Amino acid sequence: MRHAQIKELVVLSGKGGTGKTSVTASFAMLAKKAVVADCDVDAADLHLVLSPEVQERHCFFSGNEAEIRFNDCTGCGKCHTLCRFDAIYRTENNRFQVDPVACEGCGVCVRFCPAKAINFPERHSGHWMISQARSGPMVHAQLEPAAENSGKLVTTVRERAWELAVDRRIPLIVSDGPPGIGCPVIASLSGVSLALIVTEPTVSGLHDLQRVLALTRHFSVPTIVCVNKWDINPQQTERIEAVSRAAGAQVAGRIRYDRGVTQAQLQQITAVELGCAAAADIRKVWQQITRLL
Amino acid sequence: MGVQAKRQAPRIAVASGKGGTGKTTIALNLAAMFGEPVQLADCDVEEPNLNLFLQYEQLDSQPVIMLVPEIRADHCTGCGACSEICRFNGLVSLGASKPLLFPELCHGCGGCALVCPSEAISERPLQIGTINSGHSNEIRLIEGRLDVGVSLVPPVIRAVTDQLFSDIPAILDAPPGTSCPAVATLREADYVVLVADPTPFSLHDLKLAVAMVRELGLPCGVIINRAGEDLIGLSRYCQDEGLPVLMSLPDDRQIAEVVSKGQLVAACLPEYGLLFKQLGDRVRTELQKHGGRP
Repeated sequence: MRHAQIKELVVLSGKGGTGKTSVTASFAMLAKKAVVADCDVDAADLHLVLSPEVQERHCFFSGNEAEIRFNDCTGCGKCHTLCRFDAIYRTENNRFQVDPVACEGCGVCVRFCPAKAINFPERHSGHWMISQARSGPMVHAQLEPAAENSGKLVTTVRERAWELAVDRRIPLIVSDGPPGIGCPVIASLSGVSLALIVTEPTVSGLHDLQRVLALTRHFSVPTIVCVNKWDINPQQTERIEAVSRAAGAQVAGRIRYDRGVTQAQLQQITAVELGCAAAADIRKVWQQITRLL
Repeated sequence: MGVQAKRQAPRIAVASGKGGTGKTTIALNLAAMFGEPVQLADCDVEEPNLNLFLQYEQLDSQPVIMLVPEIRADHCTGCGACSEICRFNGLVSLGASKPLLFPELCHGCGGCALVCPSEAISERPLQIGTINSGHSNEIRLIEGRLDVGVSLVPPVIRAVTDQLFSDIPAILDAPPGTSCPAVATLREADYVVLVADPTPFSLHDLKLAVAMVRELGLPCGVIINRAGEDLIGLSRYCQDEGLPVLMSLPDDRQIAEVVSKGQLVAACLPEYGLLFKQLGDRVRTELQKHGGRP
């Protein structure tokens, strides 16, 4: 299958916790034939309801990290002066150390240390996996806690998902995006066919939606919006739908507030498999999406 | 951790692995009921929401800038040293001509300007966000706001925490997740309040957040939000891990409705206001226990 025949849907939200993952998991089951990509690598949850069996597991390296060799450090402080990330501090005995959490891995200190006392090993930041889930093939990842560069890991997950789609002749990739609008979101968004934004009827939901809408417009990605738990605040739901249309995004439907979604999580299945009240709404949103893809 | 400047007042971060567990609600209402002047820092710079809930008089707004390279074509010899040191593909040399610039990929390390042998690279400021600050009663609010389309989050968070006064307690509303944005916030904290709800997703992400907090060597406690029937064993997990439960906020539709309208729970629902006041006292006690000042 050629690249041009494959479509990719990314599910975003701006605000966290709007129900992105529950909706994506249901889509994965409804799609029948799709590669699922969990691009929320910081707090990946999709595997909790799609029961993937891991077939391949690979290490992820996110660049390099500076390490000062104590015995070779002369204490001149050049690294400290040059570091723009506050990552180098003076120790009690007038040597210098790198705070690995703050180090960006730019390598400036390594290059300019007069004593050549700084190592620059690769930084192991997590894993990515290819699995067989209940819905079909799935690519997912796990970032180490407090690790860097989730954007690069998102790119890795998407590249593998595309390879699987091409190899196995699967025409669709459904990806669960990260919250926010920063580096991992941008990495999950470039070149997708369609972005669905799942939001909630709150002042925060609307505010955050507007920023994601500006982002998808910035990258010229066609966008549709759906309000989850719409009945918590019907007025705000209408406001959100009006704002979305005005920004050139279609409205894909509404999903009602339903504790059944949590019940499904507890049973480690998706909402559409449980058949709770919200499942009917999710199906309608999915039909809307398949028309647009 | 690095040696940090001595602070006279504690900094409390409100964090969670999963988004949407109620960080912002907790941070806001904790600040509102803190009982003394407090700083409230919105470190969720991708989606800052604190300002939606506070009537505040904006005092100051300033750009957050990063230095990105600029090339003087007449000085460039096309040697390629700049693109060789750049780890982020911010400059790419193709053959012996002037390198191509991709400022959106630049991390602002300054390496290219330092390494250029012919002084062909200077640095210019690029705006990546804004810091807004103001007052609302006893709360000093500092908000970071990433520009849409910019991917580099930690420098905007650093710009927020740089604005904090060291002699007034501060509550930091952290971004979700367990990677660089959350870490950039938690680095500045003395104590971490983790917010979770009794769902499988939230418990799974709480475990990741606890691992992050431990990696950073910080003391922490948990707030159980939307507490109801605990089918997932959230309390049990906290007990097994020796994590103090600082507060349980019930799963009450009234709270969801108040929050959806952008109002303060502590102000609209006084019975919960009392809970937040007790939370403030509890956090002070925990800080004392861990050697911080109250």
